[in-house]
Amino acid sequence: MATQTQERRLAFLATALPPIVWVIAFFLAPLAIVWAYSFGQNVGLTEVDISGTFANYLRALQPLYLGIFAKSIFVAGLTTLLCLIIGFPVALSIVFASEKWRAWMLLLIMLPFWTNLLIRTYALIAVLRTEGYANFTMEWFWNQGSWLMTLVGLQPLGDFTPLQLLYSNFAVVVGLVYVHLPFMVLPLYAALDRLDKSLIEASLDLGAGHLRTLWSIVVPLALPGIISGIIITFVPALGAYLTPDLLGGPDSQMIANVIERQFKRANDWPFGAALSFLLMYATFGAIALRAYFSRGKPADGHGI
Amino acid sequence: MALKRAPLEYNRLWQMKLWLFGVFFFLYAPLVALVAFSFNDSKRNTVWRGFTFNYYVKLFNDQDLLIAFANSLTIALFATLISLVIGALAAVLLWRYRFIGRTVVEGTFMLPLVVPEICMGVAMLLFFTRVLPWPNNLFWPFSLGSIIIAHVSFCFPFVALVVGARLTSFNKEQEEAARDLGANDWQAFRDVLLPHIHPALIAGGLLAFTLSLDDFVITFFTSGPDTVTFPVKVYSMLRFSVTPEVNAASTMLILVTIVLMALMMVMQGRAQKKG
Repeated sequence: MATQTQERRLAFLATALPPIVWVIAFFLAPLAIVWAYSFGQNVGLTEVDISGTFANYLRALQPLYLGIFAKSIFVAGLTTLLCLIIGFPVALSIVFASEKWRAWMLLLIMLPFWTNLLIRTYALIAVLRTEGYANFTMEWFWNQGSWLMTLVGLQPLGDFTPLQLLYSNFAVVVGLVYVHLPFMVLPLYAALDRLDKSLIEASLDLGAGHLRTLWSIVVPLALPGIISGIIITFVPALGAYLTPDLLGGPDSQMIANVIERQFKRANDWPFGAALSFLLMYATFGAIALRAYFSRGKPADGHGI
Repeated sequence: MALKRAPLEYNRLWQMKLWLFGVFFFLYAPLVALVAFSFNDSKRNTVWRGFTFNYYVKLFNDQDLLIAFANSLTIALFATLISLVIGALAAVLLWRYRFIGRTVVEGTFMLPLVVPEICMGVAMLLFFTRVLPWPNNLFWPFSLGSIIIAHVSFCFPFVALVVGARLTSFNKEQEEAARDLGANDWQAFRDVLLPHIHPALIAGGLLAFTLSLDDFVITFFTSGPDTVTFPVKVYSMLRFSVTPEVNAASTMLILVTIVLMALMMVMQGRAQKKG
């Protein structure tokens, strides 16, 4: 009997120890070091003295860095809003598609999601740069328009000047929407799919129009899913590094780029650590918000 | 009936069709162009000048790129194997046992899914320079150890999720029957539970492999000059210029990902059928 409990305890330890030890040694410990560093200061070139100072956090409150934080939040928020506007009809369409089409559309939404982030961003560079496809298309339309105008006896439009689309805030937002759209569509789809379709039919039967039905039946019922989608999109967009790095200009740095610079170029690790933890707190705040909102019953109807 | 739209057939609205076309065009046109221009017989990436495999030939003669690709595959392989063990154990732990602090442990296991990549990247950078400096004179593949460890830390929660989902369909009586028939814990695990979660292990493994192969940000902070992975190499290439070589390299990686994903979906489909 004693050997059996011993054996069970051994089985428990064999199951519990590897993942717990791993997560402590190779995940929590590295994060804890960053946290400790955020209260330290540079002493010499490579030495860092963890003195418990709050100087790094105070420095992060300077207008320059507060501005970058505000900008990151704004860009991530705009990205999320655009994803919601673009993604909602897509999610709705997937819900109402036939079974065969639904599988294909979900696959089509997921496939770019699995394609390397770097490659997708690179693909956008080729589209947006001055001699890129976007400018070519616009030039073609410009020339057609010009030709049409000479046809009806007007002055031609003149030469087309390519737009500077790349290396701008515009490119960053386009890139972030491009990358994060699946994050929005999938939770929206999950929420809308659970919706009782007879409620929509009832609303239409009772004389409400499609837009009114959408606004007063579909949106309130799918609200937990919508909030989920908003936060699932917002969180990675807020911490985005690659998109602003490759598509942005000098003024489109987001918080992750500033962190990278502290570690790789400015060599101010304590300050970078403080910024990292501020970003983490913002992320956790957003996730806590989601947990708070999803506590309510999905069928509540009246929203939050 | 064919003329009049039923109330819920939003998909037959032309506005909806146009919207979907626009969205999928937005998602796929850049990628299609990227793949197409990897076959373009021109240095400049803008006008189509005829079909060529030249850039793929060049790719296969680029020693650095091949090494980077081999590094990526090796890292992905080892990270997957370790993630499978750690992730499966984590899933079994949370599914089978009730213990003090279980919620905390569960939350901690899922933490890598939500921590921003950049924070995880700098954490790994700090860890592997200040706490556990990875010797840089180790011979291959041990030199990749730090990257493998970093990858396991963000891959294993995905394995745990996939395996955990599969475990919910497991009938615990099967295991009890095995014990009644004289199997010990290990035998019951190996002969009853393991076959049940096998499809989830394959799906989770492929997921981990894809994630590891694709990761750039975290690797960027852990890789050194001698441990360049494929995405890190592609990054340094495209920082300099937009060339068909980068397109060709990207196409190769897209191809590998699509194959892996197709495999994963077949496996998941099989798992669902069995379960």
